[in-house]
Amino acid sequence: MSIHEWFKRKQKAKEPVQTRERLDIPGNLWVKCYKCGQAIFSRDLEANLKVCPKCQYHFRLTAGERIRQLVDEGTFKEIDPKVRSRDFLEFKDSRPYAKRIEASILKSSLSDAIVTGTCQIAKQPAALGIMDFSFMGGSMGSVVGEKIARLIELACEKKLPVIILSASGGARMQEGIMSLMQMAKTSAALGKLRETGLPYVSICTDPTTGGTSASYAMLGDINIAEPNALIGFAGPRVIEQTIRQKLPPGFQRSEYLLEHGMIDVVCHRKELRLTLSRILNWFNER
Amino acid sequence: MKDKSKKLSGIMLDFEKPLQELYDKLDNLTAVSDEGKLEMTEEIRLMEKRIESARRDIYSKLTPIQIVQVARHMKRPTTLEHIDSIFTDFVELHGDRNFADDPALVTGIAKLDSRSVVVMGHQKGRTTKENIYRRFGMANPEGYRKALRVMRIAERYNKPIISFIDTSGAYPGIGAEERGQAEAIAKNLREMAELTVPFIAVVTGEGGSGGALGIGMGNRVLMLEFAIYSVISPEGCASILFRDAKRANEAAVAMKITAPDLLELGVVDEIIKEPIGGAHSDGKLTSHLIKAAIIKNLDPLLKLSHRELIADRYNKFRKMGVFLED
Repeated sequence: MSIHEWFKRKQKAKEPVQTRERLDIPGNLWVKCYKCGQAIFSRDLEANLKVCPKCQYHFRLTAGERIRQLVDEGTFKEIDPKVRSRDFLEFKDSRPYAKRIEASILKSSLSDAIVTGTCQIAKQPAALGIMDFSFMGGSMGSVVGEKIARLIELACEKKLPVIILSASGGARMQEGIMSLMQMAKTSAALGKLRETGLPYVSICTDPTTGGTSASYAMLGDINIAEPNALIGFAGPRVIEQTIRQKLPPGFQRSEYLLEHGMIDVVCHRKELRLTLSRILNWFNER
Repeated sequence: MKDKSKKLSGIMLDFEKPLQELYDKLDNLTAVSDEGKLEMTEEIRLMEKRIESARRDIYSKLTPIQIVQVARHMKRPTTLEHIDSIFTDFVELHGDRNFADDPALVTGIAKLDSRSVVVMGHQKGRTTKENIYRRFGMANPEGYRKALRVMRIAERYNKPIISFIDTSGAYPGIGAEERGQAEAIAKNLREMAELTVPFIAVVTGEGGSGGALGIGMGNRVLMLEFAIYSVISPEGCASILFRDAKRANEAAVAMKITAPDLLELGVVDEIIKEPIGGAHSDGKLTSHLIKAAIIKNLDPLLKLSHRELIADRYNKFRKMGVFLED
C-alpha cells in the first residue's frame, strides 16, 4: 500500500458510518434510520409513512404498504396475479435462477417484482402498477414487462389513466436479452396509451435505474420522484470507473434530476396521495 | 499474400494462433519462390488452402466468449464502412438541434440502389485517437435524439430506415446522465414503436443493452453471424452476479448472446453469414452480404400500409418474454 492510499483509507474511515442493521431488540420495536442512524419506534415510523421523522429519509416500501398509503381502502383489484417467472435460460450464477425465484416468492409473498391492478385514488379510478424492490431488487424480467403491458392495454380498453411506481435496479440479467426486450415492449405499450389519449404518471422511487429508467419510468406525461431517490441510467460505480472522476454531490438523486429538468415534481411521501389526486383530477376534468 | 499475413499476425486473436504457424510456413515458401530457386506455386496454393480450411475449422467452433472477441475485433468493419459499401449518395446529418452532435452515433440520408433511405448506426473508431473522438461508439443522449430527429425525417418523407448496431452500450458519463440518457433512450423506444415506415435494424458488432436497443426496434432485426446482443456485457454480468469480472466466459455462455441463441429466442429474425474468418477478414464481402439481406427483408415491408407497419412492429415486441401463467 502506498502512503497515498493509506491517507485515503483514513479519510474514508472518518465519514459517518451508515449501517443497514436493525437494532437487535425483540419484536423489532425500534428501527434504526439507514441514513441518520436515529432509533425510531416502529409504530411511529409506520404512522409517518415510513419516513424518518428526523432526517426525512424515505424507507423503501413493499407493494402492500404502497397500496395502503395511496389507494382508497378496499378499491385495489389486482390483475394477473398468476403470471410468474420461468427460468427459460437455465441460468445459474451463485444459485440457479429457478431457486432464486422460489426463494423470492417465499420471502416477499409476491409473485414477482410488480403488483398491478385497478384502484381508486381519492375516488378517481386509475390503473396502478407498483414495483417492489424486495423481490430480486425490483428487477425487470418478462413478468414485469408482461404485467405492465397488460396493465396499459387494460387502461386503453377501460379508458383509465396509468400510474406506475418504479423501484428497480434495472433489467433482470438472469433472463438475458429477454429482459432487455421488456423495455421495448413496455415503451411500445405506452405509445399506444398516448395514442388513445390517456395520461400516464410515472413515480420514481429509490432506486430507479438501468433498463427501468430507460423505458417506462422516464416516459410519464408527468414524472414524479420521491426525495433523494437514486434515479439514472448507468450505476454510479460504472460511471466512476469509466470517467475516473469523483461524482458531484447529490448526483443522480431526485433533486439533482429536478434541477436538470428530468423530473416534474419531487414529492414528499406525505404529499404523494394528495399530489396524485390533484393530477388525476386535472386530467379527469372535461 | 506475404503482406497480408504480416498484417493479420499483428491483430490475431488468441484462438487464431494456430494460423500463425501456417502463415509463417507460407511466408517461407513465398520467400523461397521469390528468390526463384524453386518452383513453389503448387506448394503455395496448397498452403493457402490449408490456411483457409484451418480458419474455417476454427470459426466453426467458436465459444461464446471467443465470439465476443470477434464482435469487438479492432478490424471489424464499422458502420461508416458498411454505409460506404452498401449505399450511394450518402449525406451525413449532424446534430440533435438541442445541444450537440454526437460522433458516436452517425445518421444520414442515402440511396439503397435507386431507393432513398435513412441510415444510422453507432460508430466505433479504428485508431485510439479516433476511438476517443467517437467515444468507442458509446452514444450520449444527443446521439439518440439525433437518431430520433432523423427517423422523423424518414417518416415525414416516407422513406425506410436502416440502422446498424455496434456499441458496448450508451455512454455512462456525468453529462450523459445530466442530459437524460435514460429519457433519450426511453423516448426512442416509444417513438420507434409508432414509426409509419419500414425499419430494419442490423446488429453488426456489439449489441450492448439499452444503448443498442435505442436504435434497434426494427420491423426486422438481422444479425451478423459473429455479432453479439445482450442486456449487459459479459464482464458486467460476471462482476455483478458472479462477483468476478474474470468469469465473463461463464456469463457469455449463460446469457445466450450469440446469433443462433437469439434467433431461437425470437429476438432476431435472420442471421447474416460472415466470410470465413469473420467480418474482419473481408469487410467488403460482409457489407455485400448485409446488403443482400437488407433488400430481401425490406421488399415485403414496402408492401405494408402505415398501420400495418406499426402493428407488425408492435406485435413483434409485444410477444417477447417467457413466463408461466396458471
